[in-house]
Amino acid sequence: MPRIAVTVDGVTYEEDVEPRLLLVHLLRDRLGKTGTPIGCDTSNCGACTVMLDGKSVKSCSVLAVQADGSDVVTIEGLAVNGTLHPMQQAFHEEHALQCGYCTPGMVMAAIDLLRDDPDPSEETIREGLEGNLCRCTGYCNIVRAVRRGAQTMGQAVSTP
Amino acid sequence: MTAQVEAEPEVGKARRRKEDTRLLTGRTQWTDNLQLPGMLYVAFLRSPMAHARIVNVDVQGARGLPGVVAVFSGRDFADEQGSLPCAWPVSEDIVIPDHPPMAHTEVRYVGEAVACVVATDRYKAADALEAIEVDYEPLPAVLDMNEALAEGAAKVHEAGNQAFTWKFAQGDMGAALRDAPVVIDRTYVQQRLIPSAMEPRAVTASTDGESFTLWSATQIPHVLRVMLALTTGIPEHRLRVIAPDVGGGFGSKLQVTAEEVLCLLLTRRLGKPVKWTESRSEGNLTVHHGRDQIQHITLACEADGRIRGLRVELLADMGAYLMLVTPGVPLLGAFMYNSIYKMAALDFSCTGVFTTKMPTDAYRGAGRPEATYAIERVMDELAAELGVDPIEVRRRNWITHQEFPYTTVAGLTYDSGNYEAATDRALSLFGYDKLRAEQADRRDRGDPVQLGIGVSTYTEMCGLAPSRVLGSLAYGAGGWEHSSVRMLPTGKVEVVTGSSPHGQGHETAWSQIVADALGVPFEDVSVLHGDTAISHKGMDTYGSRSLVVGGVAVLAACEKVKEKARTLAAHMLECSPDDIEFSQGSFQVRGTDAAKTIQELALAAFAAHDLPDGVEPRLDADATFDPENFSYPHGTHLCAIEVDTETGMAKIRSYVAVDDVGKVVNPLIVEGQVHGGLAQGIAQALFEEAVYDAEGNLLTTTMADYLLPTAADLPDFVTDRTETPATSNPLGVKGVGEAGTIASTPAVVNAVVDALRPNGVHDVQMPCTPERIWRALR
Repeated sequence: MPRIAVTVDGVTYEEDVEPRLLLVHLLRDRLGKTGTPIGCDTSNCGACTVMLDGKSVKSCSVLAVQADGSDVVTIEGLAVNGTLHPMQQAFHEEHALQCGYCTPGMVMAAIDLLRDDPDPSEETIREGLEGNLCRCTGYCNIVRAVRRGAQTMGQAVSTP
Repeated sequence: MTAQVEAEPEVGKARRRKEDTRLLTGRTQWTDNLQLPGMLYVAFLRSPMAHARIVNVDVQGARGLPGVVAVFSGRDFADEQGSLPCAWPVSEDIVIPDHPPMAHTEVRYVGEAVACVVATDRYKAADALEAIEVDYEPLPAVLDMNEALAEGAAKVHEAGNQAFTWKFAQGDMGAALRDAPVVIDRTYVQQRLIPSAMEPRAVTASTDGESFTLWSATQIPHVLRVMLALTTGIPEHRLRVIAPDVGGGFGSKLQVTAEEVLCLLLTRRLGKPVKWTESRSEGNLTVHHGRDQIQHITLACEADGRIRGLRVELLADMGAYLMLVTPGVPLLGAFMYNSIYKMAALDFSCTGVFTTKMPTDAYRGAGRPEATYAIERVMDELAAELGVDPIEVRRRNWITHQEFPYTTVAGLTYDSGNYEAATDRALSLFGYDKLRAEQADRRDRGDPVQLGIGVSTYTEMCGLAPSRVLGSLAYGAGGWEHSSVRMLPTGKVEVVTGSSPHGQGHETAWSQIVADALGVPFEDVSVLHGDTAISHKGMDTYGSRSLVVGGVAVLAACEKVKEKARTLAAHMLECSPDDIEFSQGSFQVRGTDAAKTIQELALAAFAAHDLPDGVEPRLDADATFDPENFSYPHGTHLCAIEVDTETGMAKIRSYVAVDDVGKVVNPLIVEGQVHGGLAQGIAQALFEEAVYDAEGNLLTTTMADYLLPTAADLPDFVTDRTETPATSNPLGVKGVGEAGTIASTPAVVNAVVDALRPNGVHDVQMPCTPERIWRALR
């Protein structure tokens, strides 16, 4: 069984894994990182989205062995010292979640979206989040939250 | 009386939700997160045949594989698994077939469980399924309802394919039709839908040998406990059901499932905790489906469009078995076909039909979206027939605001409403006249992209439900709800609710109600739910009932707490309870400064050093609320859609929803519920359909095939409200969970048809895909 080393939310783990083990199952079943949920088995829903070396990936579509030597950030690693990440705060303010099951993936995808376009239009946001499904909100408030998050993050960057 | 500065009431505030922090930071408790020492994982082998006799199941090959602890076929549980319950035997003639959780003689839909593996991890359990051999003797699939009812049709069950018939008639429909100047006769198809909550189902069960605990992604922990006890024979007092964080339901988790029963039986047999989590493909096959009806609707009218009467003949696809409320779903629509309109006759008949497909059951709106679709579609047809604006034809028929309370032809008494106000507001927000002008212009120009405008003026019955009414409809339970409100010794408040949220925000909304009622800070209230050991009484969450029934129960418990506090305050302040005034959490002797805060009284009631005669320690109370009537939210939805006549592509340009849900506790939550409801209703109109092939295989087993709308598929919605308080409950609330879904489907399809009407099109079957629209034009 291959041994991998992977850093998740700042902690490095060494694990023996079956080659077929999915990253999301490593996170959830082995490392107890249950903040990242699974919503489908065809990589359509995006609920399991995490950051892998700074880019968003659907962790159901990555093998654990592929994450060897990588740095993974999950929804559990976003808040710093109890302070929500601006995107998490924006989702809270705009009521962009109801059942919350898609939320971890949606927040990660939203943050990734801003890497490409720090000030996205409504249309850019809607298209950028096409890989993440939500069944509760109708997306209106998610779009609003991403705009708010973008504004806050833009201000945070520009503040010396 | 001295004037004092009133704190701003909590009810009505757009409070951000208490639930959010754990959901946003991943500190959630989904059922699949749970890991117990020694836990085993369950996987089910499912039938690949729509209909077949099980000749043999050979599990030997799977036994002894690495990590495999046990393998069972349906026969291994034949004597103890019971039959999955149907709690709504709607008629005398109903046929409720035996429904074994794991099939052992015959399978009747693709996905029905026939065997299971219990292993040390989920991968090994899935591996071992492949080593099980099942011999099937194929039987004919039965897929079409009309064919199923034809003489000589292959049978789904020995007793035949008719599950039940149910009729309801008021007034003289024969007279209404006789010499009617206008008769509109249409048939509409409600396609089969897959509810698709984002959290797949998951079940965990454990036992200490005597008592059992079941964690399930369910909407109905209380109902589930009763039904599982009845089904498995595990005594109710030995069974605890927990619904931890639950990721959406929309009716799909209002069920007693095979997997819940079998996980209990497996933990009983193996003595170890077991967990089963479905894959999405497994879920699309085996989470109950929604809708699937054929509606034949006949409207008899005067020459000016005033309705004389309405006849509805319904075929409802039950699927292969009757599950918890499968046969009751069409009944929930029966009383809604007349909607907001006045008429003298209503004639409703329904036939439930068995087919070899996944059973149907409640899906957001359950019966009411179907009814609303048919009446709102046919009202547009009436308008077209008369050459009158669709708003005008509705105005000529709807109940005016002066006429409330109004008893409809269906016998329901609508307590309050104002259809004029909601419609006027919607028309103004929408810019109706301007869009009509643009539509005329595009028609004149022969623009390949035509504009359609769709109207839906809906109402619904929700807040399920008065127990006596449910009893009269042969439903197996009541419709009350329970709450406990407990002042803790430190002055904080613990609220227990029998309602079981899965995204609705009860923890926030209930805190707002309690904060106002007891005069305590919003932050000082916590809400407990979803565990039968904590919430010992409850009827759970469905039918837009949580606030209308459960929220009112919370208020009723608060009133009892206040009465007890008043008695105690009077005792401590040495006055008559009649001299105590309550305001802002303080009990004050009228005309003096002498007062006790509710927190002080909570501590005194805890210490119990000096309680008046007959007053028990602790400041707390229980209450149940059984509503006297349903609630009747209503509203007007308008949709503008651009239809490309060359490609058939339809794109919503604007959508306005003005809803009247009575008093609003939290406008943020209400708006969110409307948004989500709209998305689901629009999805039925344009995108979603569960498709079976000619052999009864489900083709839409993944989210790649079953088209849930993405952010890019939907517009921004314009929402607003009018507020006509319900008179049937002290909060004046009406419920909002299903309104958006009920209203939006006909608004969108009416818009699509409106765009194509100059081309002679008067219907497009849902979902209105580009192909269907393109074909309708040719």
